Amino acid sequence: MASSSESDSSRRDFLYLTAGAMGAVGVACAAYPLVQSMNPAADTLALSTTEVDVSQLKEGQSMTVMWQGKPVFIRRRTQQEIDEARATPMNDLKDPQSDQDRVKQSAFNGTQMPQWLIMVGVCTHLGCIPLGQKPTDPHGNYDGWFCPCHGSQYDSSGRIRQGPAPKNLAVPPYQFTDAGHIKIG
Amino acid sequence: MASNDRVDFKNPVINWIDERLPLFSLMHKEYAAFPTPRNFNYWWNFGAIATVMLIVMIATGIFLAMYYTPSTDRAFTSVERIMRDVNWGWMIRYIHMNGASMFFIAVYIHIFRGVYYGSYKRPRELLWILGVIILLLMMATAFMGYVLPWGQMSFWGATVITNLFSAIPVIGNAIVTWLWGGFAVDNPTLNRFYALHYLLPFVIVGVVVLHVSALHISGSNNPLGIDPKTPKDTVPFHPYYTAKDGFGLTLFFLFYAFVVFYAPNALGDPDNYIVANPMATPQHIVPEWYFLPFYAILRTFTVDIHIPFTHIVLISSKLGGVILMFSAILMLLLMPWLDRSPVRSAVFRPIYKLLFWVLVIDCCVLGYLGGKPPEGAYVIVGQIATALYFMFFLIALPFLPKIEKTRPLPKSISEAVLNKN
Repeated sequence: MASSSESDSSRRDFLYLTAGAMGAVGVACAAYPLVQSMNPAADTLALSTTEVDVSQLKEGQSMTVMWQGKPVFIRRRTQQEIDEARATPMNDLKDPQSDQDRVKQSAFNGTQMPQWLIMVGVCTHLGCIPLGQKPTDPHGNYDGWFCPCHGSQYDSSGRIRQGPAPKNLAVPPYQFTDAGHIKIG
Repeated sequence: MASNDRVDFKNPVINWIDERLPLFSLMHKEYAAFPTPRNFNYWWNFGAIATVMLIVMIATGIFLAMYYTPSTDRAFTSVERIMRDVNWGWMIRYIHMNGASMFFIAVYIHIFRGVYYGSYKRPRELLWILGVIILLLMMATAFMGYVLPWGQMSFWGATVITNLFSAIPVIGNAIVTWLWGGFAVDNPTLNRFYALHYLLPFVIVGVVVLHVSALHISGSNNPLGIDPKTPKDTVPFHPYYTAKDGFGLTLFFLFYAFVVFYAPNALGDPDNYIVANPMATPQHIVPEWYFLPFYAILRTFTVDIHIPFTHIVLISSKLGGVILMFSAILMLLLMPWLDRSPVRSAVFRPIYKLLFWVLVIDCCVLGYLGGKPPEGAYVIVGQIATALYFMFFLIALPFLPKIEKTRPLPKSISEAVLNKN
């Protein structure tokens, strides 16, 4: 009897475990669409590209456009800004990346246009919008952008140089559809 | 079991209901006859006050919900319509808006009372943990409620706080996108915050029921921190503490009414009367006052921690700040096990009493710093204040009992009370 009740209890344990496991799988399957429903909807994703006319922008000017609900900084840099960015040694950078890498999408018909710097204007610290788009804004110590929230400073290539932000300003995917028009996204 | 505890009511209708569902007996047992230590001081009012604040918030919130529109292009104007056009809308909104502050005042006093008198100690550990869960739910609810008017502080507060989750390695950015339902704080975010802001208060009600149920198992702590031994140590809850709570509540409501009617925007940020603009960040992003100490702790972490001799960042300053901030609340959860002293009440613990007031002042300093820009001396003072905060929990609580000589405990509550006079 003892042995049969032992096997009974192990059979019962097995049934409990399998039933419980199936129940857990069922709950996970039911939860998946609910959790997934909170991710960006199809129409939100459909807004993921923006076309911008930049032909009016002169050297040393910037403009801000909206892409995916976020500001995108478009700057037509001066030669001095490009030279400063390229002269910076990699060791001085918190998030090392060359200026060439950051503007490599700025090309049309095989011609590189390093004067065009395009990046998401959202501080990588906690999401504030850095100042520096207007000539009268503070530009920080590195001739770039300055975040008023917690004092992060970005250089003329949008790379983090000082302050709490961990990363460079993000470069979105974009391409020049002709010399004066950009498709972002 | 329940039928044995039934009370015989004179009113036949009540008696008829009570035989079938003993709600009246339950109320009588838990709120009328309930034996309560006879030596409560006024610090014991704040549990009842917090409960009433929760009811006020739900009641006013339901009426605001009848007029509020959760969409990015209508939210701000619908709140302004409540303020200007809806009958009594200005008053209902000011009661709700300042009610959040009053709720936090009541709950923070309630928590500090528990810390001072050792209410978190055995056998009330679970009661205490349920309280910390209520605090966390309140913080989430208050944060999401603050986003709803869609002012500048709403938007940027939401942006900064949701971005905290991006500090989580690897999956952080996916979590933030999931929270937003998009690529920035936007309409989907506002809609879900509204849904959750409506839901969470009822979850809080549920946890409050558990909190009070656990309280009625262990019984209340009291200023002496010793257990009642004989019926002489207790009085029935009604009329003694219904009256005392009622009096305290009246004074609290006088203060509350003064704020609502004479200084309704004193605790708010004027920037939140500017409609949200995703293209321009305000000069200083400051949370509501009740989050300031935690915000100060968040910002104390200013350096990245590297793997030694490499450039690989182990804990970025951003992640470090987030970990510190959540740890600050975790400390409360761990209190029942961190504190090794068998004596509950600070009345008999001279050094603990002193350190308690250091903690209170430290939290006020952190609150002050949370409202200041993170630069210069503010950063350094913030780091010292944060260190003190954690030292209270991690050093003072476990090690103080080794050196502290506690004063002798009275034999009973009634003896102590009677000797006093």
